[in-house]
Amino acid sequence: MSDTTARPGEPKRGVWYEPDAKLRRRHAADKRLRAYGIAAIVFALAMLATLVGTIAITAAPAVTQTMVTLEVVVPEGAVDPTDPRGGSYQKILNESIARIFPDVDAPRELRELRQLFSNGGQYALRDKVVADPSLIGRTFEVTFPLSDIGDQLHKGVIDRDLPPDYRRVSDTQIGWYDRLVEQGRISAPLNWGMIFNADSRFPELAGLWGALIGSFYALLICFIVSFPVGIAAAVYLEEFAPKNRFTDIIEVNINNLAAVPSIVFGLLGLAVFLNFFGMPRSAPIVGGLVLSLMTLPTIIIATRAALKAVPPSIREAAIGVGASKMQTVGHHVLPLAMPGILTGTIIGLAQALGETAPLLLIGMNAFITAAPDSMFNPSTALPTQIYIWADSPERGFTSRTSAAIIVLLGFLVCMNAIAIYMRKRFERRW
Amino acid sequence: MTTLDATEVSGMIMNKTAEEAGALAKAAASAQAGHETKIAATNVSVFYGEKQALFDVSIDIPARQVMAFIGPSGCGKSTFLRCINRMNDTIDICSVTGTIEIDGANIYDPKIDPVLLRARVGMVFQKPNPFPKSIYDNIAYGPRIHGVAKNGSAMDEIVETSLSRAGLWKEVKDRLNEPGTGLSGGQQQRLCIARAIAVNPDVILMDEPCSALDPIATAKVEELIDELRQHYTIVIVTHSMQQAARVSQKAAFFHLGNLIEVDETEKMFTNPTDKRTQDYITGRFG
Repeated sequence: MSDTTARPGEPKRGVWYEPDAKLRRRHAADKRLRAYGIAAIVFALAMLATLVGTIAITAAPAVTQTMVTLEVVVPEGAVDPTDPRGGSYQKILNESIARIFPDVDAPRELRELRQLFSNGGQYALRDKVVADPSLIGRTFEVTFPLSDIGDQLHKGVIDRDLPPDYRRVSDTQIGWYDRLVEQGRISAPLNWGMIFNADSRFPELAGLWGALIGSFYALLICFIVSFPVGIAAAVYLEEFAPKNRFTDIIEVNINNLAAVPSIVFGLLGLAVFLNFFGMPRSAPIVGGLVLSLMTLPTIIIATRAALKAVPPSIREAAIGVGASKMQTVGHHVLPLAMPGILTGTIIGLAQALGETAPLLLIGMNAFITAAPDSMFNPSTALPTQIYIWADSPERGFTSRTSAAIIVLLGFLVCMNAIAIYMRKRFERRW
Repeated sequence: MTTLDATEVSGMIMNKTAEEAGALAKAAASAQAGHETKIAATNVSVFYGEKQALFDVSIDIPARQVMAFIGPSGCGKSTFLRCINRMNDTIDICSVTGTIEIDGANIYDPKIDPVLLRARVGMVFQKPNPFPKSIYDNIAYGPRIHGVAKNGSAMDEIVETSLSRAGLWKEVKDRLNEPGTGLSGGQQQRLCIARAIAVNPDVILMDEPCSALDPIATAKVEELIDELRQHYTIVIVTHSMQQAARVSQKAAFFHLGNLIEVDETEKMFTNPTDKRTQDYITGRFG
């Protein structure tokens, strides 16, 4: 306090370099503030770690898929070599299963036995025969997924110590499973089907391929529509439009649009694209158009900010050598603003990738078992696929939902990383 | 100089129509051994919205000489300079009244395309502002958009001539592909001058071209201005009395948006007519 109480010219009391109480309080406040900041960051990181950790732990079982390998005989005559798609492969497979378990013959028990094997086994067998029709009449091995209960049993998700009424697997099924293990028929390779299969009612067969393609098409449409339109709108508003009440209203509305809840855009898409224009339901093209409505304001705002950041001296220089307004913008301002524009665009697209609500309204949460051939075919998208799986009762979908979330997060992180890279790479000093 | 007085010519012009005035100016020009009037401004007023920044400025700027605009900050000298190539057009709220004639043609005539005008009236700005492109492209940009030359040897020649005239060729000839923004401040400013020269203008406007430069770079630019005077009409805005005295033949003193006095630089600095000019030059205000 000596500092303020001392009159000018009067020597300060005490040693000048000893901090007084006031200074100490200032330093203490500084430290406190820093501690609050660090605490906030630690808290945020802890929450993030909890979230990612929980998802990762839940998703872990989906990394592998339990497979069974059987010897199969396709008898001559059971399948027509000229049209190998037509055979009754389920019957052939059932016979192979019965051969491993000769002691099971009651129809009820047989049905119970077959529950251990995936419904997709017949398709694995068919694909193998179709690929190589010379297999007909020979004995060969087929590897296909165990059913959900077998898979969960193998991964230990189903606790075999529980009383039989409390679990979905009967004691006899556990016995058969153990015999398969003893015979070395069970393996658990990496679960590529999770990526490359389309959706299915059976978790062991369900994959993200359809959703990935659907999301890809939707984002492609979203980019094709919103990128040029957004840049054109921003360039016009920023560089050419007169500053008057009308353009002010437009600007305020664009900023408001960016804050409109996404489900509203979904309703708009439903009303306009589906009902009025009669576009196909559940199709990525409609999804992309709806998402582009949402992304447009983001891109316009980012582009305007990037254009504003280009120093006026560059515009003056271009105009000074006789460039027209359009040349000034096209040759100088826009290229210099491009890194900022691209960053904004990628962030906008990343948002669109994770958007669920509008896609639900236009029917992109349909159950579709094949990846779309084009952007006009029904399809799901990554977030809606997660939504569908999260709603499904089978145990296998629990881990698959989390795995799908990780795939989605992975894409988002990649897109943001690209945005950051581009910002760093093309950043200019003036 | 020795022949017809500039103010006399402008007085004559004011009473005539534009065409007649143009013819008259031309006639006066031929009579005038190389120092004909290049730019004739008549009653130029500039408004920023409601606010008037320039009041009825009338001035004749002679060809192939350096005319310096001096005056305290905010006096309107830069504003007037930017009227000469219609740079003020880019400001929405700015409006200009009066006429500015270059070689007898009113540049505010609706028939005049500002793009063509700016090719004839080049500009160098206060802060060096090269494009963030290569040195070569900085020079080549103007000729390219005006279709003066396509890429190739013709363009190479323009680049070399322009850089040589700006006294920069020797320093940069081995690194034409490096970015113009990588040069030193003085070099950047000379690059900007070379860029203005490249489109072959008649007039070069300079808005405090040395205010961001150190004394050595300033000396180089001033030397350059003196050489450029042989080919171009130069109008320079400067805050430095010494600089005005060193580079200009004629000087105009602006104060609070009014043109107070125009005269030979030497005369204005030794024997100004107006009290305000004298006060400013001797450092009593501004």
